[in-house]
Amino acid sequence: MAHAAAMSHPQEAYENPLTPGWGKLMMWIFLCSDAMSFVGLLAAYGAVRLGSSDWPIPSTRLDVPLTALNTFILICSSVTMVKALSAIRRGDRKGLVLWLLGTIAGGSAFLGIQAFEWTHQIVVEGLSIKTSLFGATFFILTGFHGCHVLSGVIYLSCIAIRGARGGYTAEQNSPVEIAGLYWHFVDLIWILVFTFVYLIS
Amino acid sequence: MSEHKLPFIRRYIFSTDHKVIGIQFMFVSLLFMVVGGLLAMMVRWQLAYPDRAMPLGTLFPESVMPEGHIGPEVYNALFTMHGSIMIFLVIIPMLTGAFGNFLIPLMIGARDMAFPKLNMLSFWVALPGGIIMASSFFVDAGPAATGWTAYPPLSAVPDYTGVTLGQTLWIVAVLIVGTGSIMGAVNYITTIVNMRAPGMHFFRLPLSLWALFITAILQLMATPVLASALGMLLFDRTLGTHFFAPAGGGQVLLWQHLFWFYSHPAVYIMILPAMGFASDILATFARKPVFGYKAMVFSLVGIAGLGFIVWGHHMFQSGMNPALGTAFMLSTMVIAVPSAIKVFNWLGTLWRGSIHFTTPMLHAMSFVSMFIIGGLSGIFMASTPVDIFIHDTYFIVAHLHYVLFGGSMFGIFAAITYWFPKMFGRTMNEAVGKVHFVLTYILFNLTFFPMHMLGMGGHMRRIYDPTQYEFLKPLQPINIFITQSALLLGAVQVLFMANFLLSLFLGRKAERNPWRANTLEWAAPSPPPHGNFERIPTVYRGPYEYSSPESSEDYLPQDQPPAHAPVPSRPPAMSPARA
Repeated sequence: MAHAAAMSHPQEAYENPLTPGWGKLMMWIFLCSDAMSFVGLLAAYGAVRLGSSDWPIPSTRLDVPLTALNTFILICSSVTMVKALSAIRRGDRKGLVLWLLGTIAGGSAFLGIQAFEWTHQIVVEGLSIKTSLFGATFFILTGFHGCHVLSGVIYLSCIAIRGARGGYTAEQNSPVEIAGLYWHFVDLIWILVFTFVYLIS
Repeated sequence: MSEHKLPFIRRYIFSTDHKVIGIQFMFVSLLFMVVGGLLAMMVRWQLAYPDRAMPLGTLFPESVMPEGHIGPEVYNALFTMHGSIMIFLVIIPMLTGAFGNFLIPLMIGARDMAFPKLNMLSFWVALPGGIIMASSFFVDAGPAATGWTAYPPLSAVPDYTGVTLGQTLWIVAVLIVGTGSIMGAVNYITTIVNMRAPGMHFFRLPLSLWALFITAILQLMATPVLASALGMLLFDRTLGTHFFAPAGGGQVLLWQHLFWFYSHPAVYIMILPAMGFASDILATFARKPVFGYKAMVFSLVGIAGLGFIVWGHHMFQSGMNPALGTAFMLSTMVIAVPSAIKVFNWLGTLWRGSIHFTTPMLHAMSFVSMFIIGGLSGIFMASTPVDIFIHDTYFIVAHLHYVLFGGSMFGIFAAITYWFPKMFGRTMNEAVGKVHFVLTYILFNLTFFPMHMLGMGGHMRRIYDPTQYEFLKPLQPINIFITQSALLLGAVQVLFMANFLLSLFLGRKAERNPWRANTLEWAAPSPPPHGNFERIPTVYRGPYEYSSPESSEDYLPQDQPPAHAPVPSRPPAMSPARA
């Protein structure tokens, strides 16, 4: 039983040369890995697009203004995420929950608009992942990113519920910061996906 | 958390203890090693005696093996699954899953991994992946039959191989196993960066840990790219996309680039940990410090870094801009430099040492010698003009087996025999171990060395019946000789398995530090209890202080306090004197 007590304080005597805690370090490492999966998909996108002689100009097939609005919403949700973290760092639990709810709303709005666009593309334009590689890359890139946003919304909801129950304080709030890292990453990836899939013509 | 309170299922099955998880990985890998080995025996039988029924072949269903003969489609499945199982379910999980898990917390002086539950999850994700891979043997039209590289359009269009569900299961299994290894890598890196015992700064880590650390970075960065390629291949097969189908505007070469962007680093995932283990074992049994410790570390880093920019050397025959081919040729040849530094340092470690020829030492020394042969033949195929001749011949098969069997497998044998007393608290039989080593060493060379000659003679890789070609007929005696050696090599492994399994229960009880080694795992009891150490050790020196004049013994453990010096409070790298 002697070390049972020690195990409940796992950071007892270890050498810790870097400032980030374990969870934060793990999130950074995971994001490196996750970024590589987007690298693989974007490289494939570049290869099939550059190798194609009749790739459509994206703005003629996709709704760029609507998606630009969607991009703006996602960027705003990163801002509210920053506000949530700064609220709890001041000890403001109510502010934390409200700003987190704003972030979740932003993420949900993003998903809703994307679902609307997918429906429009599938039903009205007849685009599908079978018809062409344009369709396949569009659905797979935006879909894979959408899965990240959905996971982020669920993740942030868990943080918000715990925050509402008083789980975080001005001193103890690293899970909020770690969730924020993930959310900003998803935002950053979207800017790349938006640029490559929608803007470059 | 104390262990006597945990029920059996939490202690041995759904355990969060890194040692139990490591041992789980080890048992599963050994099981798949038997399967993968038997598949190789069947491949060899077909190559030597294409007209004869396989012994025991009639035990298989008539639809698979009519009258005990291996059919062409079955043959394709055999070598595909041999490669896939050995790579994804034996060597990688054994080196990183079993030894990574077992050694990392013990060697850095920690009680467990940073994220024990994630660690448990990584095993329970990997295992279903293995089961799915194995289950593909039993589906209609059999398992994948495209070679372990799964090149499209062969793998993307079911009609080309006739394999339907088997190939899809293969893709899913590799995806799942890859996810598990990413989880493992995240955990290993966090643990090594954040949980080292006081005094254990980076340049006091044993080389095994440096190797596992760098391997984890490779897994972390390379596996997601394979995952995205596998995802696209899966969509091509199941949802009707055309990523790799030229008819729909896709590109077959895209798969090769993405696949080798993962799989070349994966080659180093399979050899770097073995290099680390061999370094530790050579130093322990030469009773000398590793020669050029920092050079060893930097050459590991160099091999891993270069490993990311050489993938094109697998594609010299696939159609490539000659300038790009030259760049890949040169970057590949440059890898010979850090590899040669490592070999030089291993020899320097042995030079004038007082060598103890124990079983792990013999395996580690044969690792070095076989790696030299495998490394040198690698330079042949790195050279584009030579590769055009030997590409997809038995020369490649010889090379990759010298690296993966001669290198990784001898490294695994060395590691199992070396750490067995720590893992299970008992000792393996030395006499049986030495007999197994000598026979394996001889038969390994008799099996794989003649393959170089076959390759030079133009014997293609992955052919069903060599005797159908006039120019290969004179080489057939070599094929028969190889097969006889291979069957004996397979049979000799029974010795190892028997020694391993019997020693688990009947081996002599092991003391805490049977090899008189320096690293921290030997400071823990054998086997270490839950939580590993009675007290978290403090580290005072590097891992290789053998035959040090400071000590009356010929070894000086990392955690033994110096005679006079006070306890260091901070690592030197952070002290003001160095800032």
